[in-house]
Amino acid sequence: MAKKKFVVGCFNDEAVLFPAVKKVRTSGYKIQDVYTPFPVHGLDHALGMRETSLHTAGFIYGITGTTTALSCISWIFTKDWPLNIGGKPNFALPAWIPITFELTVLFAAVGMVLTFCYLCQLAPFVKKHHFHARATDDLFVMVIECTDKTNTEELTAFLSANGAVETDVQFVEEGWWIGRYDKDEMPFENKQIAAA
Amino acid sequence: MMASIKLQFEIPAKMKTWSLALIGVGLVALLTGLFTKGFSSDEHEQVQFWGTLMYNTIFWTLVCNAAMFFICVTTLAMGGWQQSFRRIPEAISAMVPIFGSITFIVLVYVVVSDKHHIYHWLDHDAVAADPILKGKAGFLNAKFFLIWTTLAIGLWSLLGWRMRQISREADEAPMDAEKGASFIWRNTVRASLFLAWFGLTVGSTIPWLWMMSIDAHWYSTMYSWYTFASSFVSGMSLIALWVIYMKNKGYLELTGQEHLHDIGKFMFAFSIFWTYLWFSQYMLIWYANIPEETVYFKHRVQGPYKGIFFLNLIINFVCPILILMKRSAKRNYTLVTFMAVLIIFGHWIDFYQMVMGSLSKEHVSLGWLDFGILSLFVGLMIYFTGRSLASKPLVPKYHPFMKESIIHQV
Repeated sequence: MAKKKFVVGCFNDEAVLFPAVKKVRTSGYKIQDVYTPFPVHGLDHALGMRETSLHTAGFIYGITGTTTALSCISWIFTKDWPLNIGGKPNFALPAWIPITFELTVLFAAVGMVLTFCYLCQLAPFVKKHHFHARATDDLFVMVIECTDKTNTEELTAFLSANGAVETDVQFVEEGWWIGRYDKDEMPFENKQIAAA
Repeated sequence: MMASIKLQFEIPAKMKTWSLALIGVGLVALLTGLFTKGFSSDEHEQVQFWGTLMYNTIFWTLVCNAAMFFICVTTLAMGGWQQSFRRIPEAISAMVPIFGSITFIVLVYVVVSDKHHIYHWLDHDAVAADPILKGKAGFLNAKFFLIWTTLAIGLWSLLGWRMRQISREADEAPMDAEKGASFIWRNTVRASLFLAWFGLTVGSTIPWLWMMSIDAHWYSTMYSWYTFASSFVSGMSLIALWVIYMKNKGYLELTGQEHLHDIGKFMFAFSIFWTYLWFSQYMLIWYANIPEETVYFKHRVQGPYKGIFFLNLIINFVCPILILMKRSAKRNYTLVTFMAVLIIFGHWIDFYQMVMGSLSKEHVSLGWLDFGILSLFVGLMIYFTGRSLASKPLVPKYHPFMKESIIHQV
């Protein structure tokens, strides 16, 4: 857990946001993320993010489910507790396919949801800093990570020149923490630090 | 941008030569088959010839009709992405009257000339002595068969033609909001009419009448959906093949990987849908194990059709799920071409075992006649689809949803 300095630029139109993202990136700044009120088509490409591996994980969870179901059922019905069901062979593959399918889907679905939560750092009681409350309403919030060499004044001016309606500098916790927003003083100190 | 795109398809000489050559080979096979088998005094030979014609012509009619189904479904769903290549399914669906006529002639001949070795229910004495067939006589009789077949093929052709006609308005002049809305509404009405009729025919009665009734005693409520899934996934593959061919010839500049990706998704998803129906039909019958029902699978799973039966499952399920699952595979022109050819072949084999598996249970006759007739239909399909592609602009450039198609991104 470490606090870091960020420059935040807020835009109220995606048509302004896209060229700004392009300019900020070509100028060599590192965009930490852009928080938007709704999914914006093509923004991930504009930010140069790599393709998610979530579906590869999903495939692996799926085949794990398939193998679990098939090996478990076949062990039970042929070795552990063979039963004569309607005169069918003990190794009754067609009857097992629906269950195999269900377990495949269950493993893939639950596994992918959990992986997604892990990747997005989402869990009960886990808190993350909000750079701007209006990011959930109508504002596109671009967050740029600062290094020691970043000139914050120059950067905020640069963002304003590229259409940012609101800019500020925040010194905040980058990762997640377990706690409460009201008891935890961390998120609410930032404005003062920025002003100082 | 619109000014620079190629709207007029010039039929390449090579395509013409190849399609005519395929038709030639097919005609030779057809005539040879007709004289050695069709007019033979041996019933088995006759049944083989007419059965081969039946499954080929039914398969290609339903596949081409599936292209119109695709247009109507995407129209009702207010889809925009398919506009940049919609003239391809339109051109494929223009084959329905042609293949439909061939199907009509073959089926009418089979029924009128009383070929009860193909349709057992045509045999009046057998029906009179058989309580099950007597119970089905209201549906399985020559009169109903002929009327319903005529109506089905006629209305597919007519309603499909009306969909293609209205599409021409998108070539004429730009539409303002009011005109565009009325255009979309009229499209919606015509698409709904086609789909309602499609549901009453392809989705239910037609596969029962044309193919399932070969096993007059046996029935499966899954059968029509299964046939529909088979023909729709082949139809999507055929659209994919034409799109890629046209791209290779330098047409369809506005269609790209993004559109191919979505066509690939249809091929993938409906292969799985087909498998779902295949398996549901199989498992219920396997589980209940009632002789009246297992009679359909007996010689397919344990008899001479074993190889084809499982090959069918490998080509139509295992290959698509493994090869088409990855995003990059659906965006790869070579892989999609390969899979499209494989899927069409796989479902052709599927239709083969659905029809011939019931007509000649003792031995598999897959041979020169089957591939010859296939060549005839492929040749006809290429020749006439190419011609109807050339008869209209390749892009409906004033379609209200055109922009949506151009900027389509998956």
